[in-house]
Amino acid sequence: MKNSIFVLWLIVAALLTYVCARLVDNAYCYFAGYVVLQYIALATAWNILGGYTGYVNFGIPAFIALGAYSSVVLHKLTNLPLIVMMLIGGIVSGLVGVGTGYLTLRLRGTFFSIATLAMAVVMQTLVTNWAFVGGSRGAYIIRPATVPYLGIDYIQYLFLMMLGLCVLTVGVARAIEKSRLGYGFATIRDDELAAEASGVPTLRLKLIATGLSGGFMGMVGAPLPYYVTYLDPASAFSLSYAVNTIAMPLIGGTSSWLGPILGAILLGTLQQVATVTISSAWSLLIVGVMLVVFVVAAPKGIIGWFWK
Amino acid sequence: MSAAPILQVSDLGKRFGGFVALADVELDVGRGERLGLIGPNGSGKSTLVNCLCGTLRNESGSVIFDGRALDGMKAHQRTRLGLSRTFQLPRPFGTLTLAENLRIPILYAVHTRLGGGGADIDRRCMALLEMVGLAEKAARLPKDLTQIEMRKLELARAMAAEPRLLIADEAMAGLSHQEVDDILALLVRLNEEQGITIILIEHIMRAVLSFSQRLVVLVAGRKIADGAPRDVVRQDDVVAAYLGS
Repeated sequence: MKNSIFVLWLIVAALLTYVCARLVDNAYCYFAGYVVLQYIALATAWNILGGYTGYVNFGIPAFIALGAYSSVVLHKLTNLPLIVMMLIGGIVSGLVGVGTGYLTLRLRGTFFSIATLAMAVVMQTLVTNWAFVGGSRGAYIIRPATVPYLGIDYIQYLFLMMLGLCVLTVGVARAIEKSRLGYGFATIRDDELAAEASGVPTLRLKLIATGLSGGFMGMVGAPLPYYVTYLDPASAFSLSYAVNTIAMPLIGGTSSWLGPILGAILLGTLQQVATVTISSAWSLLIVGVMLVVFVVAAPKGIIGWFWK
Repeated sequence: MSAAPILQVSDLGKRFGGFVALADVELDVGRGERLGLIGPNGSGKSTLVNCLCGTLRNESGSVIFDGRALDGMKAHQRTRLGLSRTFQLPRPFGTLTLAENLRIPILYAVHTRLGGGGADIDRRCMALLEMVGLAEKAARLPKDLTQIEMRKLELARAMAAEPRLLIADEAMAGLSHQEVDDILALLVRLNEEQGITIILIEHIMRAVLSFSQRLVVLVAGRKIADGAPRDVVRQDDVVAAYLGS
């Protein structure tokens, strides 16, 4: 299927999702749906680096928080619309992604992962000590009740924004997959030395992957202050973002754009249901149990059952 | 045929800590030549290949390929210039099919150098797979291949980059008599039909002697002999390096 036709299908799917949410006509549906959509975009973004090139990034909270705190700064200084904030958050995170990548991509395997984790700790320390964005006390964001021109609740607007971002990230991830860039990413995952010997500029490609992956995560983080209305470093840099975002592609399958979506829908929905019916404390337990089950039963994720 | 050598190596030196892997290596390779490179284990053959191809950085000396200094150039840039290699142990891209394995050098080395669209890539991949007798397995993964097929894939991938100089690093290790002959015939054909300069690194003397027009011997990181194969293998220091004095 051509990329343009695929994107059209994605838009149709996104519109159907919105229509379904409207039919339910319950504000909580948007709150819960936003989280699932957020994880679809996050898992897809993570998979561009982690799944396609094989570099496991644990610094996900840092990229989300960069996007979120960019919005806090912009909210305090300007009156920009959310979509522009998302773009700026994405650019900031993308640039930090490229910078971090340049410093850490000479490391491989677990060494790279630990370096990204350390980067998240450094960022959190910086934000905790930055009074302008609230420091350790956190920042309050008063969001408007409705959105001008559209006339819908702000939470509906956030839901729509996240739907749009899902279309963008999945569209890009799918376009990369069978492109020259995607083949280059796959060679990095399989054997970097052989990739270089085949003419693949591995460092440049890894920087593109970290930039794209980090940028999309920043875009996901940008609306977060408006969603939670109170953002503090402990929640913005929460490790549960990292655990969930990595678990979802692993459960769904890392070799294709579809894997992260399946994982995010399955795990994200289960977590939301557990939060309402049992307790939010069960979320991480569910992730842990699911990961163990899938590592044993489906090492290549759900899509591994269907595509050999 | 131009008189200038395609590869000029001068004063090449490489150390690993206190260990001298290569010292003052001088080597010229003519265009269209078939050069054999031999030496006992640990003599620095693979280190030399790695320095030529940019996998390792040489600390001293220089490498000039087709009139261009390669010093400081990354491995992928050298491949794009036309310097291709195979690995001692085959390193296929495990999650890609055989055809996709060959697609990579075409996309990243040939098209970057010459430009070109994607229409003829499939045809080129299949032609290369046919050349090494793997066309029927184009859609299979490398894990399904036998040892000799893996080595043929390695050669085909190096050839996909359309090199002017091919370095085959022990492409025949562990193969049977007949399989060695198959690979040798393939290499000679590439050299004679396409004019590709080939450096063959090999332990199998029968193969080296029948393939090479010139033979170079490395011992403990130094070049100790360079000349006609039959003469070189009779040299006292070469015999001593292999059999002891």
